[in-house]
Amino acid sequence: MIQVHPFVILIASIFTSNMIFSNFLGMCSFIAVSKEIPTAMGLGIAVTMVLSATTVLNYFVYWYILLPLGLEYLMYILFILVIAAFVQLLEMVMDRYLPTLYYALGIFLPLITVNCAILGVSLFMVTRQYTFLQTFAFGVGSGLGWALAITAMAGIRARLNENSIPEGLRGVPITLIITGIMALTFIGFSGMVQIQ
Amino acid sequence: MTGKEAKKIFTKGILTDNPILVQVIGICSALAVTNLMMNSLIMGIALSLVTAFSSLTVSLLKDHTPKHIRMMVQVLIISAYVIMVDIYLKAYMPDMSKALGPYVGLIITNCIIMGRAEGFAQSNPPLPSFFDGLASGLGYTFVLLAISFIREILGFGSIFGISIIPSSFTRWTLMVMPPSAFFILACIMWIFNNRSIKKQREGVEKK
Repeated sequence: MIQVHPFVILIASIFTSNMIFSNFLGMCSFIAVSKEIPTAMGLGIAVTMVLSATTVLNYFVYWYILLPLGLEYLMYILFILVIAAFVQLLEMVMDRYLPTLYYALGIFLPLITVNCAILGVSLFMVTRQYTFLQTFAFGVGSGLGWALAITAMAGIRARLNENSIPEGLRGVPITLIITGIMALTFIGFSGMVQIQ
Repeated sequence: MTGKEAKKIFTKGILTDNPILVQVIGICSALAVTNLMMNSLIMGIALSLVTAFSSLTVSLLKDHTPKHIRMMVQVLIISAYVIMVDIYLKAYMPDMSKALGPYVGLIITNCIIMGRAEGFAQSNPPLPSFFDGLASGLGYTFVLLAISFIREILGFGSIFGISIIPSSFTRWTLMVMPPSAFFILACIMWIFNNRSIKKQREGVEKK
């Protein structure tokens, strides 16, 4: 595989290969939590933190535990266990040492375990065979890209409340249409950098 | 379980409580694999089987699972079935396995399965749980096929890979790209919502 510079991966995973707009990952919470800007940003930050850490952890789990033992097929179970355990741990540490941050982000943490973006990034990391630095850049970039998307969406939805929308389109369908238009605009970035 | 009960479970899973159109869960994979009908069909079958069997297992084990670790147990049961599906696909349909890529593994985090396990199987006997899971999976499959039908026929001019529209017809490149999935799902939801709003209004007038 061609060695892509980690910085290129970082930029590409924020803009051109955005988790939401080109891979459709983490859509459930993207639609459910994008109603207000502060909550959307909170979830975005939490996802970025968890994503950066778990992708790196899963990198070590895959290359140093599963591969030498020939247990690649247990990948899914171990990845999801690592993610669940990390979220639980983060919750406890934050509760003990950073109570203010815990109260701000606390409610989002359990939601993150079932966010498909987290598991998805780990799986992409394995299929694309990234090195350590590339993995780290990919994790951070994907998290930032997700946070950017949900914050932008929340901004648009806050304005949307003042407009009259056809009854059947209200709520989820209009959100999907806006996401589609946003995805179209993000395609404009694709000439910049490209990973797979 | 009587036939009437079974009918009720199936209409609920496929129509009135359709996981994608009504509950809006599990749409990540619904959007990602719908560029070709064959991919959608395989994904739908895989998800239906995993949902049905994990609901069955959760229901069988429900009296033996301690309450506070039941989520963990459910995730492990689901992962086990997903691994089976993944190994089967890798062995017998390597091309399909490559096309679906990580989305097979992402069935684990698909909220439909967790939702059925937690919402139905946890408090119902095994056989109805099995059919409930199957019904939800079928509801998901139908929506997937509807989206991919539109995307494949406009984007590639074919159905299930068989070309049916003459090549003089200009292909919509947009239909192959991610944004179209959002638009089509939104339109299907719109039609569906309008239907249920109309039905509700009629019901109110009759009363």
